[in-house]
Amino acid sequence: MIRSNEKEPSQPSLSPEVIASHGLTEEEYQKILGVLGREPNFTELGIFSVMWSEHCSYKSSKSLLKQLPTRGPAVLQGPGENAGIVDIGDGLAAVFKMESHNHPSFIEPYQGAATGVGGILRDVFTMGARPIASLNSLRFGSFDDARTTYLVNGVVGGIGGYGNCMGVPTVGGEVFFDESYNANILVNAFTLGVAKKRRIFKGRAKGVGNPLVYVGAKTGRDGIHGATMASEAFSEETEKKRPTVQVGDPFTEKLLLEACLKVMEGDSLVGIQDMGAAGLTSSATEMASRGGTGVEIDLSSVPLRETGMNPYEILLSESQERMLLVVKKGREEEVKRICSRWDLDAVVIGKVTRNQLFRALFEGAEVACIPIEALTSEAPVYNRPAERPKDQDEVQTLDLSKIDEPEDVGSALKRLLASPNIASKEWIYRQYDYIVRTNTVLAPGSDAAVIRVKGSRKGLALTVDGNGRYCYLDPYIGGVLAVSEAARNLACVGARPLGLSDCLNFGNPERPNVMWQFTQIIQGMRDGCMALKVPVVSGNVSFYNETNGVSIYPTPTVAMVGTLPKVERHMTPWFKSAGDLVVLLGRTREELGGSEYLKVFHGLVKGTPPWIDLKLERAVQRCCMRAIDKRVIRSAHDVSDGGLAVALVECCVVAPEGALGVKIELHEMMRVDALLFGESQSRIIVSVEEKSLNSLKEIAEKEGAPMQVIGIVGGSRFEIRPMVQLPVEDLKTIWAGALEKQLT
Amino acid sequence: MRWGVIVFPGSCDDYDVYYCLKDVLGQKVEFIWHKDKLKGAWDCLVLPGGFSYGDYLRPGAMARFSPVMQGVIEFAGKGGLVLGICNGFQILCEAGLLPGALIKNASLKFICRQVFLSLEEDQTPFTCLAKKGELLRLPVKNGEGCYYTDASTLERLRKNRQILLRYVDSKGKTSPSANPNGSVDHIAGVCNEGRNVFGLMPHPEHAAEKILGGEDGLKIFSSVMASCNTEGKKA
Repeated sequence: MIRSNEKEPSQPSLSPEVIASHGLTEEEYQKILGVLGREPNFTELGIFSVMWSEHCSYKSSKSLLKQLPTRGPAVLQGPGENAGIVDIGDGLAAVFKMESHNHPSFIEPYQGAATGVGGILRDVFTMGARPIASLNSLRFGSFDDARTTYLVNGVVGGIGGYGNCMGVPTVGGEVFFDESYNANILVNAFTLGVAKKRRIFKGRAKGVGNPLVYVGAKTGRDGIHGATMASEAFSEETEKKRPTVQVGDPFTEKLLLEACLKVMEGDSLVGIQDMGAAGLTSSATEMASRGGTGVEIDLSSVPLRETGMNPYEILLSESQERMLLVVKKGREEEVKRICSRWDLDAVVIGKVTRNQLFRALFEGAEVACIPIEALTSEAPVYNRPAERPKDQDEVQTLDLSKIDEPEDVGSALKRLLASPNIASKEWIYRQYDYIVRTNTVLAPGSDAAVIRVKGSRKGLALTVDGNGRYCYLDPYIGGVLAVSEAARNLACVGARPLGLSDCLNFGNPERPNVMWQFTQIIQGMRDGCMALKVPVVSGNVSFYNETNGVSIYPTPTVAMVGTLPKVERHMTPWFKSAGDLVVLLGRTREELGGSEYLKVFHGLVKGTPPWIDLKLERAVQRCCMRAIDKRVIRSAHDVSDGGLAVALVECCVVAPEGALGVKIELHEMMRVDALLFGESQSRIIVSVEEKSLNSLKEIAEKEGAPMQVIGIVGGSRFEIRPMVQLPVEDLKTIWAGALEKQLT
Repeated sequence: MRWGVIVFPGSCDDYDVYYCLKDVLGQKVEFIWHKDKLKGAWDCLVLPGGFSYGDYLRPGAMARFSPVMQGVIEFAGKGGLVLGICNGFQILCEAGLLPGALIKNASLKFICRQVFLSLEEDQTPFTCLAKKGELLRLPVKNGEGCYYTDASTLERLRKNRQILLRYVDSKGKTSPSANPNGSVDHIAGVCNEGRNVFGLMPHPEHAAEKILGGEDGLKIFSSVMASCNTEGKKA
């Protein structure tokens, strides 16, 4: 018999306040009564509250996410598992996923970001893949906000502190600053691992009677209701939520990684899943759900870090560095032996059952008994109302005739280069070990990172992109642009996309305007994915990025993975030699909406984002890839934030061997600020030896990509005739040092 | 010759040294688990980089008590070659096999970047194939790589020519900006008086292939190979 609340005086009674404090609505509570056929006890209420939280159940997004294309010739595992998997040939598979850790990182930046990295690493190695590269996508508030510097230092320190200690290189990422994120920063962490195609493990509880083995760190009181916290907006009370943030121990996770991979070499393992959000409850339930089974757990045998923990706390703890294994009956000792070599706890805590129930016992008595389905497939699904914001037209209105063009274009360029959104991010990435495991062929600071795959000639390219301003101005276009820019970055290093993982960071889904943004962005991403033939294989949704009623810009971040058939043929962004010609693939249009220039010089986030024609986008990308394949070009760099002038400066200054000058002549008749700083899409700057120019022309013509020669590499000056003439070293100094100046 | 790479819990670059020795240089190399006693004949033992015991307490402070370390100390005492890279260097200092200590970088932050090094001594088994004053380009990646020692020890290190590597700029000159961590006298690597134990913060195993950005690190491993071969011939 279930302990009812009356018989268990230590369990608080379920007043409406208690129910509300668990983040459950009155209707949701009624639904619980319906699926259980009785009142839940306090422990069960806790279980429902985490499993039905937005964070775990995707109740507001589930029905819309179905629109994203998830299939492709290389896809081995789409969304729904711990991570997505694509085939990379040679019997190998790339396992990857990106996940948000936004709420905890704002409350406690170091530990929030660190455990975000820890969580995504577990998601990848739980599938049998050794993690070999990480990325991160960060959004912070403006530097005018006093907290920003503290948050940046904490988050970057936390990502490095965890990832470095794990021996997994952080090979790339992006960061963007805007006051929209002042009170809700974004920390999206991505990890990719490589596994043998035949040795992939899934989170499935199969085989009635098989034992559940708990491996890793002991369970403490940290992180209780982390998932619920991540499913709420912030208010003045947020500081009090610090105890819901978990504390990371990367050393234990490193041991866990090695022990799990060792266990996976044998054949004793049936299923495995990490204990992430909603801890033991969620991993046991999800494994049973996927396995079509039930689970029975004896909470008295769970290794505890603290004394006096009750069933509620044990079930909901989000203590880190823990794994749940389903092991073949009779093979427990093998697993224990491997774990003890790494000084890790490995304890049988329960078994797989036939009855499709989640059943928890404590000191001999049943403390929870809930049908698995009630926690998973019967969780609420909402089709929340969506409505275009009334001020959207006003937001999209931008009258360029009322905006003065800059008088001194050279000093405007300098000021833009010093913007934290444009300046070099080296201050950040030099705090990350980006070379461990000796695979990093193209380090952070390029369009995409390139790593080699040992055991094959191949390379993998990785990038993460997403522009919240564009999405705010036009969420549909913003969604298309997030996907197309990521694919363009891959094209710039010569890689073909295999798949992507996304984090969809939004405000409060109970607001129709936020749901409208979400709906539009999903449609945009879908169209981008279909046109560029990139499936979505994993990802997550983070709602409630809202404080005191104000939402962040809708910010999807897209991490895309591509392959290069021969890794040594990868392309780099910097100009190579004096005398090479500079060629622009694509077209510049007179547009400034959503640009960094408009924000820095005029304080405006207005207008419509850059126009996109997916046919042109595809043509430009294919032209670039083909030119790299055929060894026609010597550098390739995407034109993005800051526009053509900024991209040209980057081509000049990022060379490891030192800066090179350039002379550019542009003939378009348009506003000079739009010409130089507008962010027209589908543009790539390439450089080419004069003798190869005709080959490039042929490729461009065949692919239908517009191209024009715009200048020549050489000298020590950065010239755009007739308006800019500056020593390239001066520009390099500004660009290289601006972020560090802000932060120290 | 036979190389051993010691694996502590939390070692991260163990596999990278192994790969460099085996796949790049075609050497015989084996992992040695830290809980095991050191057995068998070895020509050179490598203590790799990483975060042994999570760097908790102090980098290297716990690893030096690992069971294997007793054997490493005895091996070094008999003149065996021991190479400590990054965390391995920290462990060797904690174990008393090398003088000095490694403290937090002057910036108080972890730093991963390429540095230039001046090779200060060529009369050691670890540097015999290089020329004195030669420049090497290797990466550093550490949070506590600032080498420190008191004035009298520093004087002794100089006198005995135990300073094997210094941070310099691309022209070979020492300067604060060329030194990534603020180490005393710009020291990047030192050896013991017997010249058979060498610790350095930069990672030679991460500069062993052109495709990854350079091969300067091979000079150190090749020197060990050359000196072992000569030893072998002498014997």
